[in-house]
Amino acid sequence: MLTTVFSADVLKIDAAAVSADIESKIRDIVLRQLHRKGVIVAISGGIDSSVVAALCSKAMGTERVLGLMLPEADSSPDSLHFADQLAQSLGIRTHVQDISAILTAAGCYQRRDEAIRKVIPEYQAGYKCKLVLPDQVNGSAYPIFSVVVESPQGERTKVRLTLDSYLGVVAATNLKQRTRKMMEYYYADLFNYAVAGTPNRLEYDQGFFVKNGDGAADLKPIAHLYKTQVYALAEYLGIPQEIQNRAPTTDTYSLDQSQDEFYFPLPYDRMDLCLYAKNHGLLPEEVASVVDLTAKQVASVYHVIDSNRNATRYLHRPPVLCEDVTEVPYEARV
Amino acid sequence: MTLNEELRQFVIDNFMFGKPYIGFADDHSFIEKGIIDSTAVMELVAFLEERYRFKLQDQDLIPDNLDSINSLTRFVASRLPPNFAEVRYAGRIVLGT
Repeated sequence: MLTTVFSADVLKIDAAAVSADIESKIRDIVLRQLHRKGVIVAISGGIDSSVVAALCSKAMGTERVLGLMLPEADSSPDSLHFADQLAQSLGIRTHVQDISAILTAAGCYQRRDEAIRKVIPEYQAGYKCKLVLPDQVNGSAYPIFSVVVESPQGERTKVRLTLDSYLGVVAATNLKQRTRKMMEYYYADLFNYAVAGTPNRLEYDQGFFVKNGDGAADLKPIAHLYKTQVYALAEYLGIPQEIQNRAPTTDTYSLDQSQDEFYFPLPYDRMDLCLYAKNHGLLPEEVASVVDLTAKQVASVYHVIDSNRNATRYLHRPPVLCEDVTEVPYEARV
Repeated sequence: MTLNEELRQFVIDNFMFGKPYIGFADDHSFIEKGIIDSTAVMELVAFLEERYRFKLQDQDLIPDNLDSINSLTRFVASRLPPNFAEVRYAGRIVLGT
């Protein structure tokens, strides 16, 4: 239970101490536990991968970190620009691997477009798209996705997805994260390095990742940190200001899509506070004024947190054996 | 089979693998009992639209309409034609008395 008054200050950290602690653990995990020579970090130009790359550089030395840039056809051009800026500021090596050809060969774009055409028949090349959820704070609607498409003339249409079109879009789009992970492990094998995942606590807790895509990694240095705390570390570590100022994005669909219209009911700063409050057993009434919501709205957010945890438990599970193999302990299984 | 029975059977067959838990009642909340998630709701919507031939609007997709057998029965009954009397689970809608 929380022993101090709840306020936005609950998420404040001693950035220097937290950074030193994580750096020490990265060294221990990579060198002593995993017996690897360095770390692969896929850098997207976003705050999380930037902080992970910086922590790994401080922990291992810049010569033992490889930054991978993995753009594809729907990536924002800003992503490559910011990732390059980050790499230069850290002084780490980078490789750029455009995965568009792999995704095209796997039918990613074609399958996604076919799935969208099940609900919007006129959708075709030249159109842009994104998925959105209904308001989960002020309404009681089920979290059923709609697709928003924009024609080359700029006209937008929004249609609720049917089950088969939703599953089709998700399955096709998940190829992006899984292809990126495939390339990360290629370079990990090539250099005998470990792969660092970059989820923050909100993403990790709420299952905001693709199973065996961005959810796969050998270590996850910031999975215990609220996104607010990741930003605090970013400032301490000297991450370029442009990256610190960049709004969180999924960078998965061709239309700009914020994380809070795709998955989270609130922007990250208030989502962090609600998650923290729930984790510490606070009632909605104790939280409402701090996050500028009513108690009823906070209760709705708590419900979303629980629903997401239940729905994404599957994403966290390692393979389930029909019979235990006692020589291989549970924590060692993949 | 009545509308209530058909809806009950659909929920049991598709979200409980044909075996309801002991004590499963028509007023039990699917959300509270962990019977469905958002993907299952989409499956339910597809069934309702195809089986009972009406389109669910976005504002219909709320627990008040879909979160228990009783809610479902009430909601679907409110959307059926006035002369609707009985359905058969095999796929034919029987109209009239």
